[in-house]
Amino acid sequence: MTLVELWFLIIAVVWTGFFVLEGFDFGVGMLHSVIGKDEPGRRTAINTIGPLWDGNEVWLIVAGAAMFAAFPGWYATMFSGFYLALVLLLGALMARGTSFEYRGKRDTGNWRTTWSALLTAGSLLAPLLIGVALGDLLHGLPINGAHEYTGSFWTLLQPYGIYAGVTFVVLCLAHGSTFIALKTTDQVRIRAVRLTRFVTPVAALVLLAFAIWTHSIAGKGLLPNPVEIIGVLAMLAAAWLAWEDREGWAFGATTIAVALTVLSLFSELYPRLMVSSTSHAYNLTIDNSASANYPLKVMTIVVVVTLPIVLGYTAWTYYVFRRRLTDKDFSVKQH
Amino acid sequence: MTLDLARWQFALTSINHFFFVPVTIGLAFLVAMLETAWHRNGQPQFLSLTRFFGTLLVINVAIGVVTGLVQEFEFGMNWSSYSRLVGNIFGAPLAMEGLAAFFLESTFLGLWIFGWDKLSKRVHLLTIWLVFAGTVLSAAFIMMANSWMQHPVGYQLVHGLPQLNDIWAVFTNPVFLWGYFHVVLDSIVTGAAVMLAVSAWQLRKSGQAQAREAFGHTLRLSLAVLVPVLFVDMFVGSELGVIEARYQPMKIAAAEAQWTTCQPCSFSLFQVGGGNGDHTPTQILQIPHLLSLLATNSWNGKVIGLSPLQGSYVARYGPGYYVPNVFIQYWSMRVMAYLAGLFLLLGLWGLWQMRRRSVPANRWFLLAATWAVIAPFVMNTAGWLLTESGRQPWIVQGIALTRQGVSPSVTFTDVVISMVAFGLLYTALGVVDAVLMIKYSRRGLEPPAPAGPDASARVPSMLY
Ligand code: HDD
Ligand code: HEM
Ligand code: HEM
Repeated sequence: MTLVELWFLIIAVVWTGFFVLEGFDFGVGMLHSVIGKDEPGRRTAINTIGPLWDGNEVWLIVAGAAMFAAFPGWYATMFSGFYLALVLLLGALMARGTSFEYRGKRDTGNWRTTWSALLTAGSLLAPLLIGVALGDLLHGLPINGAHEYTGSFWTLLQPYGIYAGVTFVVLCLAHGSTFIALKTTDQVRIRAVRLTRFVTPVAALVLLAFAIWTHSIAGKGLLPNPVEIIGVLAMLAAAWLAWEDREGWAFGATTIAVALTVLSLFSELYPRLMVSSTSHAYNLTIDNSASANYPLKVMTIVVVVTLPIVLGYTAWTYYVFRRRLTDKDFSVKQH
Repeated sequence: MTLDLARWQFALTSINHFFFVPVTIGLAFLVAMLETAWHRNGQPQFLSLTRFFGTLLVINVAIGVVTGLVQEFEFGMNWSSYSRLVGNIFGAPLAMEGLAAFFLESTFLGLWIFGWDKLSKRVHLLTIWLVFAGTVLSAAFIMMANSWMQHPVGYQLVHGLPQLNDIWAVFTNPVFLWGYFHVVLDSIVTGAAVMLAVSAWQLRKSGQAQAREAFGHTLRLSLAVLVPVLFVDMFVGSELGVIEARYQPMKIAAAEAQWTTCQPCSFSLFQVGGGNGDHTPTQILQIPHLLSLLATNSWNGKVIGLSPLQGSYVARYGPGYYVPNVFIQYWSMRVMAYLAGLFLLLGLWGLWQMRRRSVPANRWFLLAATWAVIAPFVMNTAGWLLTESGRQPWIVQGIALTRQGVSPSVTFTDVVISMVAFGLLYTALGVVDAVLMIKYSRRGLEPPAPAGPDASARVPSMLY
């Protein structure tokens, strides 16, 4: 494997890590008011990801920065091309990121309702927009010979991209509701499990259609490859496990489904980075957009040294916060 | 037009980001000190203080994080040609920042906030120190990236494009080493100023005898940190001036509005005129030899003036105007330095009152200490204006001009829309942040709940 190929793989893995981890945070954000029907319930739902979401969001920062360092051309074309979509995405992430911390800092109903609404909207918009963007990479966008995007905001919204966005939202809903079921007891858990039983089979259907569409957009026929099939099956397994009240295994299954979906999207893209709908000669590829060997070598050493450490303390954090939460913990009045 | 707007956007968003960053770094350090004190002496009031200032820290971090996210995206959005050109060098420290610093900081902050009843006392103390380590590491990588734009090193030109060939040179860039030192000290000064202001306010206004005693401790802690750090920082800052005179002579000449070459050079305290259109300012109160000393570390050092520099740049880089905005340079340098001096006096006044272990109680001192919290924010902004505006017209000194860095595919309308959107978001979030900071600074101390795995009581104000 060349260094350039390795870096494509690393970036695909980082995006996968992002959706696997932040995916359930998005789900929890979208669902916290649905699953927690009163204030203690809502706080229970939010606190399941309280210590985790910020670390999970760093995967997005690392994904962007890794694209910047390893494929500057990709970062430059994509981030300037998706300009207004990214403004929206940043707005969503800002509203969401502050709502965790600020929601509980004043004890009035209006204050909390407002931040809850921002949390829900931000958590919905973020995976939707990122999904559209990733879908667009594969579908193709007007890009000229200088690798500059020549379309407008509306060009970004073609059917396949939108469907990719919807798929990611649904995946996050399935992943997030399973996560809440796994991390809570009593009322909140019961409501989460009920939701999971409904969301996961829908997600499996959505995923099946997405696999077929993705495969055919990539020009490889209608029959999805084994990896994509396993992704769909994993989501079906999650549905069955949810009916069996085995949240731990169900969460494992949604994790596999999310991971395989992201990985297969990148594998269909390979060795291209952004498809040009203007002319395939203008495609961004791993070879025409990568950094030279030396910087890639430096970055490889950095990843090899830091990533195991990061994974180590991340795993430890999940272990520390393994206990299930209950709304009884939150029925005391705050300060 | 698109270029100007993109520049304004970068300036405003990064100035905004840098309101929160130094508070995070500084308060993380001071909260870690408080928790360490509690760990050592076991007095419950130190636990209360740790949580009190810890709450201010997390309110601040929330907004520091989201404004940082905007910065990360902005390079690609507004400066795509720049990103394409230098991504292989400039992107590397950004990726390292994410991997080595942001993960550390955010993971351990989560453990710290939510881990009171889950971690042993020792491990909990370790988490806040790791948060501090994360913030300091993140500052290291971002300063490395920024310093490379000021003084590019460790690269070779391949077909006219810079390509990284020596990462060690980037790590040991002298502009980085001194600038980093400066920024970390500035941040601790900023954090100490916040703690000083809150403690002084509490001493003036709080009726609780217990709170008054507790905030007496933090008042003295903040002064004990503030004065020596600020003192060292002023030396580091002036050394930074010498470094700058070596690598970016235009910048320091502009900061002194020095149009002609001088030797020895005097320093003007104030001046009228002398901007880019008027080369003969009326200088008021000159201090002989001081500029020579500041710019070259020697009594009779020579400082080359802007006009000769402009001539040699034209000879070297071709026709163009290479002088930065002299007015901004001149005044940002002075605002930063004069405020630093005043702040040091305030700190010394406080220390003077601390003789015989007493708590500073002079009413005027407490009032001044409360309002002085504005100063570090002004100094930080002035410092960055000096750094970044002084780099103009280059985006990377000597390699690329700012106007060559902007995104070709982004339209004027796009930038207007993003400007309005960010303007509204930043204003709204800024107001919320200010309201919460003030509210939580004026709160009484919570009765200290026990901590450690055996604690039955939770820590309500910290949970979401
Ligand atoms: C890692 C790089 C980096 C870092 C740490 C900073 N900047 Fe910067 N700054 C840039 C990278 C940059 C830039 C992308 O290179 C800009 C955009 C246009 C330009 O000339 O440089 C810039 C421009 C720029 C300008 C406009 C200068 C001009 O065009 O006249 C100002 C006032 C600042 N910045 C201020 C700041 C502040 C207050 C910072 C504190 C956080 C800061 N910068 C950190
Ligand atoms: C203009 C370039 C900059 C970019 C692109 C940038 C990027 C970011 C990002 C993405 C975050 C959020 C990370 C998280 O989720 O924890 C962040 C936070 C942070 N940044 Fe920056 N940053 C810039 C400037 C600076 C500077 C100049 C410093 C310090 C000297 C700094 C220090 C920090 C620190 C300490 C944090 C974490 C604490 C906080 O959010 O308050 N940054 N930055
Ligand atoms: C008299 C004391 C000081 C002197 C002589 C001084 C000098 C300088 C100089 C020359 C620079 C420009 C560096 C460059 O262009 O690369 C700078 C930057 C800066 N200063 Fe100061 N400074 C002083 C005090 C302070 C204080 C007290 C603060 C904040 C609390 C501060 C905050 C900053 C910041 C944030 C920067 C930008 C970061 C950098 O590039 O270093 N300065 N200072």
